[in-house]
Amino acid sequence: MMIATIMGKELRLLFSSPLAWILLALIQLVLTWIFLGHLDAFLGIQSQLMQIANPPGVTEIIIVPTFAMAAIILLMITPLLTMRLIAEERRNKTMTLLISAPVSITAIVLGKFLGLMVFFFLVIALLAGTSASLLVGGTLDFGLLLSNVLGLLLVTACFASLGLYISSLTAHPTIAAVGALGVLLGLWVVDIVASDMDSYARNFSLLKHFDYFNRGLIDSFSMAYFALFIVMFLILTIRRLDGERLHG
Amino acid sequence: MGFEDTLMTEQNAFVTVSVQNLCRDFGGTAAVRSVNLELRRGEVLGLLGPNGAGKTSTLRMLTGNLAPSGGSIDICGVDLLDQPRDAKAYIGYLPETPPLYQEMTVDEYLRFAAKLHGIRRDEIQAAQDRAKKRCGLSDMSKRLINHLSKGYQQRVGIAQAIIHSPEVIILDEPTVGLDPNQIREIRELIRELGTQHSVILSTHILPEVEAVCDLVKIMHQGRIVFSETRAGLQEKDTSLENVFSQLTSGTETMTSEGV
Repeated sequence: MMIATIMGKELRLLFSSPLAWILLALIQLVLTWIFLGHLDAFLGIQSQLMQIANPPGVTEIIIVPTFAMAAIILLMITPLLTMRLIAEERRNKTMTLLISAPVSITAIVLGKFLGLMVFFFLVIALLAGTSASLLVGGTLDFGLLLSNVLGLLLVTACFASLGLYISSLTAHPTIAAVGALGVLLGLWVVDIVASDMDSYARNFSLLKHFDYFNRGLIDSFSMAYFALFIVMFLILTIRRLDGERLHG
Repeated sequence: MGFEDTLMTEQNAFVTVSVQNLCRDFGGTAAVRSVNLELRRGEVLGLLGPNGAGKTSTLRMLTGNLAPSGGSIDICGVDLLDQPRDAKAYIGYLPETPPLYQEMTVDEYLRFAAKLHGIRRDEIQAAQDRAKKRCGLSDMSKRLINHLSKGYQQRVGIAQAIIHSPEVIILDEPTVGLDPNQIREIRELIRELGTQHSVILSTHILPEVEAVCDLVKIMHQGRIVFSETRAGLQEKDTSLENVFSQLTSGTETMTSEGV
């Protein structure tokens, strides 16, 4: 109940600023561009594909690379969306309103997190809709599409919970944004640095785990990693806000 | 004391705020030292003190924004530290900076505050209208808070604190930055609220206390150094100003905490 109230307020504030609309439009523009690019390439090689015994379908050629790009774009913009969540409330002293109300810290944090997830859900739904437009000219591999949607939802939830936690550490939205971007890029780079396939540092890379979903592989280890990542940063945020009362 | 007064006191004998031995340290410096408070329904308490006396720290502890280092706080018989959510439901709080979302309209903001305080969906509209009427905001419903003057923003802050008709209303310097007319209106509002609720008011404007408060407490360096009823003050025939300057001047110390 209270979670829904906080969530509603977050969405209201998010969409009352132009930022959310601009980001939504930009993401859609870029992704549609990439999508059309791949569609063009597909049409170009279609005749050659016909000659292969077991040719890759449109889903693999068009949708998979578009979703892979979407994950990277969402990684880049998440800090812009998470920076306000707590840092700005603290800066504007509005956090007092939430803390003084009969609402638990857990409800505040979950409300903020889920509010942001509604935004990401919207982005992903638009992308899935774009992909579904291919149905006009053929058929899709719905299993692969579903695995991509699920993977993208989980990986953005990880971005959001990490960004939320970093936003709870400071009263300056800019620092929260830079911090979150730094850590997210770091988690991505781990993948490249640990070039050795067996190196277990690779297991920490969020995009590495998304890659499995991207290829249609719903791996339980990746699911567990995502779930742990999300829960851990949500709990850290709650503990951080709780601790604030103690330290002044 | 007349017959009517006695009757009033009996009706309102319910203790709403009971604070025992409240302490708070900030990294070794004691900001608040063993403060005791007791307030009944229908009483207005004025908390006076120079800058850095620990008034805001005390109020932040009473509203659950700051954890005390020691002591206990009971709000309407509920322990604030053990059952924070139940106790907070009885409190309305206006901090020194009103906690306003600048991007919202007055209506949107009050609706959110009402929901946050758990007012039932079908009662929100009535609560919102009542709070707006009391604070003189009825014509401002559709205005963005960002576009309101400081005085109106302060009123929105007060409206937020009273929207759920809390037993205890805590106002941290409610008249700061207002013009004389607005100050008079807010004082009238506080007096009116004080008939049905308990009000705790922090200020450093002495006439304000004399105008609206039933009880006066002066804080200095984290302690309550003076405590008297308004009737008691009148009987003793001492002015508050004399008492205040005697008790708090000369030893002016700055601490890191705000007013």
